[in-house]
Amino acid sequence: MIMDSGLPKEIILFNMSLSAQENKKLELQADTIRQDIIKMLVAAGSGHSAGPLGMADVFTALYFKVLEHDPKKPDWEGRDRLVLSNGHICPVWYATLAEAGYFPVTELNTLRKFETRLQGHPHRGTLPGIETTSGPLGSGLSQAAGMALALRMDGKKNWVYCLTSDGEHDAGNTWEAVLFAGKNKLANLTVIIDRNNIQIDGNTEDIMPLEPIKDKYEAFGWYVLEIDGHNFEAIIDACNGAKAIQNKPVVIIAHTIPGKGVDFMENDFRWHGSPPGSQDIPGDPAKEEQAKVALKELRTLQGKIRSEHE
Amino acid sequence: MSRAAHLNPKVFDGDVEQVPSRNGYGEGLVIAGEENKDVVALCADLTESTRTQAFKDKFPERFVEMGVAEQNLVTVASGMAAVGKIPFTTSYAMFSPGRSWEQIRTTICYNDQPVKIIGSHAGISVGPDGATHQALEDMAITRVLPNMVVICPADAIEAKKATIAMAKNGKPTYMRLSREKVPVITTEESPFEIGKAEIVWESEKPKVAIIACGQMVYRALQAAKRLKEHNIGVRVINCHTIKPIDRDMILKSAEYCGAIVTVEEHQVNGGLGSAVAEVISQGFPVPLKIIGIEDHFGESGEPDELLKKFGLTVEDIIKGVTQVLRMKGNI
Repeated sequence: MIMDSGLPKEIILFNMSLSAQENKKLELQADTIRQDIIKMLVAAGSGHSAGPLGMADVFTALYFKVLEHDPKKPDWEGRDRLVLSNGHICPVWYATLAEAGYFPVTELNTLRKFETRLQGHPHRGTLPGIETTSGPLGSGLSQAAGMALALRMDGKKNWVYCLTSDGEHDAGNTWEAVLFAGKNKLANLTVIIDRNNIQIDGNTEDIMPLEPIKDKYEAFGWYVLEIDGHNFEAIIDACNGAKAIQNKPVVIIAHTIPGKGVDFMENDFRWHGSPPGSQDIPGDPAKEEQAKVALKELRTLQGKIRSEHE
Repeated sequence: MSRAAHLNPKVFDGDVEQVPSRNGYGEGLVIAGEENKDVVALCADLTESTRTQAFKDKFPERFVEMGVAEQNLVTVASGMAAVGKIPFTTSYAMFSPGRSWEQIRTTICYNDQPVKIIGSHAGISVGPDGATHQALEDMAITRVLPNMVVICPADAIEAKKATIAMAKNGKPTYMRLSREKVPVITTEESPFEIGKAEIVWESEKPKVAIIACGQMVYRALQAAKRLKEHNIGVRVINCHTIKPIDRDMILKSAEYCGAIVTVEEHQVNGGLGSAVAEVISQGFPVPLKIIGIEDHFGESGEPDELLKKFGLTVEDIIKGVTQVLRMKGNI
């Protein structure tokens, strides 16, 4: 489940083994978040589909199992900080925050609309739970590193999580931050890369090859974990395992399936930047049917999860 | 001369003390650091020349070396500000805010974090390094950003005061500094408040207001003295804050003097002159001459040679004054 990085295994292999009941709860929660995402995108008429669906399991694990946080006190000083560097996948963040109780789920329908708190890309200061403004790629890791450094200066124990895309590893600013965090041994920083292999113009390895990305991080002084980004136990174990690494920042390369949960969107870069219902895509349902088909599939899955565990 | 300005009594002497404004920044940063433990300094491999060294020596645990990485410089600072620090970031103006502009816009200004962007070596007077290192656009690109405060101090003492003041203003703030030694025209007693322009020369019946910033304030004073010899009265304003610009002072001066000349070591497009034009054209239109770099890049040379070539001498200011006097029909 956790593919090790060539470094001592014992550090990361104290699996907490989620109970079947807990796992089912998380699966149902993630499925609900995926349905929220489809509905939000349809209501908005624009926005990204594949990335948010692909990261629903990671967000669910973080907000319902990993993070120290209090949705009723979003400014609580003891909270962990989460920086979303690839701001364009914010529909999954918004849906997760709403489901976690930061604001009403009904507000999700205002995504990208006039005077909404759910801006097209996340903006700090309007919506509870949003720590940084983001959207232009490549600058989130630096901000997370700055937070980690400043918190360490003050002897504070808050953990900093930074979520990045693989595509934004094309950006120089990202690598400036990788150098910086490695140099400063920011052990209170955990980065999760959404390794879904797609970006707007195509496959990441065609656009600008990133591999061997694990070796690159290791060369820069990081501890690297690789996981299946749809396996809750793996996500949670990796985040817990990262806390045991004392002298290095940790990057978790989470292999995800873009569009996960909606069959016709999975692994298709054409769904990176489009919402359901906006265009006919050869081989996929007609645009009028896309949201309906997607939601039906997700609802069926929900039924399946319930019955499987019963 | 306005008594309230408390200018250096030696300002018109040949041997007036000359100090680079970056020195004042270095002194001010140490004081700001003493006053508030949350003040931290980040520098992109230019610690000595930006005068961040004094802070580093005094507070090594609050100094962060960034290497040659200006985008990381400002974004790490944004993250530090997000958890309560007051970060001062230093590089040359051409690199930050030059190279780091989008990160400043998104992660500092739109994000509204109190990060201080210190751009040293601004202006044509950088000299021999040449055009690549002469930031002539920095005030334009920072002035246009919502939430941003933009300061261009007249000398080292003012740079020190500005540094101490911006540590307390709670806003994203850009300050441009010069490499070259420039005459010290203010004193410790001179008033300084962010957003408030100061009258530093007042003739009995001023016919033109000369509004300047940075080292051009000194040259504007020289011009005022020469014009006095020709019985032409002017008012000279040290407009150290480019944003928020002192609208009240500018509009009152437009009305009182009836013509304005602006002087800056910056492109005429988008800097101090543009800011003044925006105010008077919509509030009290009067003849205006904007003196600055006329849509050119700089080049290598000694500061004085370059200031002459690009039209920023005392004679150029006098010429500008006669131009607006002609425009308003006084000549």
